[in-house]
Amino acid sequence: MTEIPEVERYELDEEPAYNFNFDRRQFLKAFSGGIALLVPLTNLIAQQPEQQGESGRGGFNRDMPQEIGAWIHIEPDGSIVAYTGKVEFGQNIRTSLTQAVAEELHVPLAMIRLVMGDTDLTPFDMGTFGSLTTPMMAPQLRKAAAAARETLISIVAQQWQVEPSTVRVVDAKFVNHDTTKSMTFADVAKGVKLVKTIPADVKTTPVAQWTVAGTSIPKVDGRDYVTGKHKYTSDMKRDGMLYGAVVRPSRINATFEARVSTPANMPGVQVVEDGNFLGVAGVDQTTATRAAKQIVARWKEPPPQPGNAELFDYLRKNATPGRARNVGSIADGLAAADKKLEQTYTIAYIAHAPLEPRAAVAEYVDNKLTVWTGTQRPFGVRGELADALHIPVSRIRVIVPDTGSGYGGKHSGECAIEAARLAIATKKPVKVVWSREEEFTWAYFRPAGLIDVKSGVKNDGTITAWEFHNYNSGTSAIQTRYDIPNQQIQFHEVQSPLRQGSYRGLAATANHFARETHIDELGTVLNMDPVEFRLKNLKDERMRAVLEAAANRFGWRAGRQKTGPTRGAGVAVGFEKGGYVATCAEVSVDSAGKVKLERVVEAFECGAIVNPKHLENQIEGAVVQAIGGALFEQIEFANGSILNPRFSRYRLPRFSDVPPIEVVLVNRKDLASAGAGETPIVGLAPAVGNAVFAATGKRLRSLPLG
Amino acid sequence: MANVTALNVNGKKLTVNVDPQTSLLTVLRNDLNLTGTKYGCGESRCGACTVLIDGQQTRSCVTPVGKVANRQITTIEGLEKNGRLHPVQDAFLQADAMQCGYCTPGMIMAGVALLNKNTKPSREEIVQHMNRNVCRCGTYLRIIAAIQIASAAKGGAKGGRDD
Repeated sequence: MTEIPEVERYELDEEPAYNFNFDRRQFLKAFSGGIALLVPLTNLIAQQPEQQGESGRGGFNRDMPQEIGAWIHIEPDGSIVAYTGKVEFGQNIRTSLTQAVAEELHVPLAMIRLVMGDTDLTPFDMGTFGSLTTPMMAPQLRKAAAAARETLISIVAQQWQVEPSTVRVVDAKFVNHDTTKSMTFADVAKGVKLVKTIPADVKTTPVAQWTVAGTSIPKVDGRDYVTGKHKYTSDMKRDGMLYGAVVRPSRINATFEARVSTPANMPGVQVVEDGNFLGVAGVDQTTATRAAKQIVARWKEPPPQPGNAELFDYLRKNATPGRARNVGSIADGLAAADKKLEQTYTIAYIAHAPLEPRAAVAEYVDNKLTVWTGTQRPFGVRGELADALHIPVSRIRVIVPDTGSGYGGKHSGECAIEAARLAIATKKPVKVVWSREEEFTWAYFRPAGLIDVKSGVKNDGTITAWEFHNYNSGTSAIQTRYDIPNQQIQFHEVQSPLRQGSYRGLAATANHFARETHIDELGTVLNMDPVEFRLKNLKDERMRAVLEAAANRFGWRAGRQKTGPTRGAGVAVGFEKGGYVATCAEVSVDSAGKVKLERVVEAFECGAIVNPKHLENQIEGAVVQAIGGALFEQIEFANGSILNPRFSRYRLPRFSDVPPIEVVLVNRKDLASAGAGETPIVGLAPAVGNAVFAATGKRLRSLPLG
Repeated sequence: MANVTALNVNGKKLTVNVDPQTSLLTVLRNDLNLTGTKYGCGESRCGACTVLIDGQQTRSCVTPVGKVANRQITTIEGLEKNGRLHPVQDAFLQADAMQCGYCTPGMIMAGVALLNKNTKPSREEIVQHMNRNVCRCGTYLRIIAAIQIASAAKGGAKGGRDD
């Protein structure tokens, strides 16, 4: 560490939590020529699409925004490059964002290149999560592309001395119907140096006129994936690169005390000790891994830690209640009810298990640290590196190659920091790729949860009271869309025994599981059909529409949920992150209680559809991923050890687990597009649990159900 | 411990100087820079490391390199011939049978192995054959469709053998 010039503490403190440092000064330094259209960052950090504030300055202006959120560059040679801090993890946003740009510029997809997730080249972005790319980034890039087209057209019109309205873009060329003249993008951009902010009133193509967006464009760089050419971080190799391995603590929360012994004969291996970090770098992976295993260290043992057996008891006893959302009075609601119900639901910790484990390649050259790593938060990880290594962010670059999935599990930079420590100490590029066991043990999990629900309902099916307490799993979709006059909804925070974090849909799966199971139980108490009972308590038209769409396609028969001697059908509805979902599932249950999914119908509505095939792919994928959490995925742990950190002990959904899945897309061209990466996951678990009840009469209130 | 192993990879004869117990996956990725074959679990449970040995699908992560000396090894990089994709690769593009793409090479190799021995597999046979390959993004239905497309396209695709 002595090699690094120490920076003053204030230099680090100066960096705000959100580091908006891709400013105009930096931009102008990087901008070499051609035409650039900038999206102000303020457009992208507005919370809701409808609240997006424009600068208030009408028309083109030469003032640059202080902070840039995204930009499109028509390079002097006519190449079109869009820059965004978003990253590609399998959601296929490289394709959908390219579609948006191509649409507005009227050029083939192949002319457009996206530069994504590179902290030196792309503007600041909070991260790729929360299903925000489609509602936030796509419309802004679309505006930038439309403004770029208009700018280019006005330059062409001026040269030809014609009205701009007579110039069109056809087959990537500018043409004028009165003349035979034409110009390419390169003809126009050559010798021009022009930077503009997207104007407030730029018009983009209405959804009804989309010809590129709204269609099923295949993955733009699909060929690189089917040929094995695409380089994930874990595939990278730099000249002189070493391979790293980390000596792991005896258990979670143990801290490093001392190295007890290091084998004398380890050629080509360097041992690096740094605070709580103990690792090695070797000439190849086998050497490094073997060396790390042979080193013996002493770890300071933490106090005993809870495990699965006592988890839910622990969550209840160690909670700090948050502020409740109260509507009406629960006491009044229960007093008005004919029937009352009180139940508890539990949700296990599960792992993201991205097939590409965490990986990073780091190199430290001329006091500048560059790290390639698969993270959903390149700028956040840059900050983590700065904090851990005491290097100012101005001397750190994080680059995110398109990555082997994340599902919310790759927000953090542990592996990047490990690779960087080793690279700095050895003065060589170092690659660290976590083993599957490390990924299961030293990353983080979807939170476990305990949910208490108390409710009251009238005999006519009107729900009068709804009290809902979530312990630990989180607040996503904790509010109900059912119209209930008396509600108390409360989150209780707990110091989780395991490290936990984001996961596809966050707590929306847990909250929907508890809510939609409980709703089903209420319907059962009243002997009302589950679809009818839900519709009776739902005013939200969009929710009703997906429920009806799913029930129709499924062939739902009122009051006939038991569909065979060992079979049953269940339903659930949901809303989160702007998307509406309804799931119908049919299951069979064998004499041993083993649940088999026979059929799933899922209706989904997220406003105007951008790419139907990729949307279907996301929904199918979410349903398949949901099967694991619904039926068998569960982290087993005791006193700081993960007991099933391997695929042979932790079952993932496989081909044979997947039933026929019918997706019903409800396309609302009149509404802004919302993201779709997460919400389709929430409906399956409760629909399956409800179907199991229909088949067997046995109510399952814990995830996994199996 | 290290000694020379003669290999035949994608039709090329070459030698590597490694401990024969080293996994074929490690040799492919680290020594031969054939990184299309992926690490997923290291215990033959996910299929990301699938390659063909004499046309049979094999988990390279648990295969010592010493055991495959002089046998025909085909990796994802060896399927494309003269700029033409193998029908299974082509079918994966047609069916858009991928999201993050990390499992894709292993899936394609497993699909090629299946069609090598059974040109017209039923849906059930596809599921059974492919069941040890994991796609965490859950694109299974599209992968099944892709294998069906490839099967139909060539009346049963032959390939993946370097003969």
